Amino acid sequence: MRSPILAQVVEVPSDVNHLFDWPDVLPLGINRVVLLMFLATAATFLFLYLPVRKARVVPTKMGVVVESLVDFVRNGIARDTIGAQSAKYEWLLIPMFFWVLFLNLFEVTPLINFPVTSRMAIPAFLAGLVWVVFVFVGLRQHGLSYIKNSLIPPGVPKALLILVIPIELISTFLIRPISLAVRLFANMIAGHIMLTVFFLTSASYFVLEPKAVAFVIPLAFAIVITGFEIFVAVLQAFIFTLLTAVYIESSINVEH
Amino acid sequence: MEADAAALIGAGLAYGLAAIGPGVGIGIVVGNAVQAMVRQPEMAGQVRTTMFLGIAFTEALALFGLLLFFILFGAGG
Repeated sequence: MRSPILAQVVEVPSDVNHLFDWPDVLPLGINRVVLLMFLATAATFLFLYLPVRKARVVPTKMGVVVESLVDFVRNGIARDTIGAQSAKYEWLLIPMFFWVLFLNLFEVTPLINFPVTSRMAIPAFLAGLVWVVFVFVGLRQHGLSYIKNSLIPPGVPKALLILVIPIELISTFLIRPISLAVRLFANMIAGHIMLTVFFLTSASYFVLEPKAVAFVIPLAFAIVITGFEIFVAVLQAFIFTLLTAVYIESSINVEH
Repeated sequence: MEADAAALIGAGLAYGLAAIGPGVGIGIVVGNAVQAMVRQPEMAGQVRTTMFLGIAFTEALALFGLLLFFILFGAGG
């Protein structure tokens, strides 16, 4: 846990919680994480607004990129999953995809190097929002029979209901949002820790013995993992949005 | 055994054991997805989406193990 090599190079905190402690830089509890969230919000807005603010016959280069990405979320995720009613939920899915994507990509952005989604509060907030949306959609579409239909799968013998109802209750209304949040959070924090370990190992070897080329090995790993983390950042944003769409779809077409 | 040491051993075991099942599971998911894509290349796009969905559900168990590791590591370290 506390390696003597590392301790000479960087100040190793005595308690793992120090890694999750950020001092406030502005009043009202605004720390680096919150500033990065604002940055991602601004980036999302500018990315979705600036290149396409004027309707053109031939879009600009950035306009083509934005249009194809939005088209991917709108058709590839929303319409393929939800179906005919997907247009009603684009207000949630499209900004959420890009916001999560930007927050994830901060992990490999030089000089930032911090995935904001590796703070549990942000995935938890998003998962709570998704929970509210899919329960609300279910209640609006089916009324109170939404609860009944999502708790009682079709074709279950009456005697088994005493087992099935608690399982369905936990898996639909408890495990769904928790696993949605934990999936994003744990993927990002695992990647962040992996990058930190390899870069710090490389740096400490380099500081201690620059002539021995041992620092090249962790550096090579770190560079490969950086590429992998870009893939993971995009994939997790995609999966988060896809699962949101799947949950909304399961509320619209709840099994009878 | 000291409580801290037990928590640290438990942390290592929690993640190690939690990674076994999802490892096998993701292998099965991806293997079958590749088979499906090879048999019906025209369905490859849909199969890929479903594959990522399956991976996401399977992977969640391993990630719960990782979370448990952090909790136990915080308790012991």
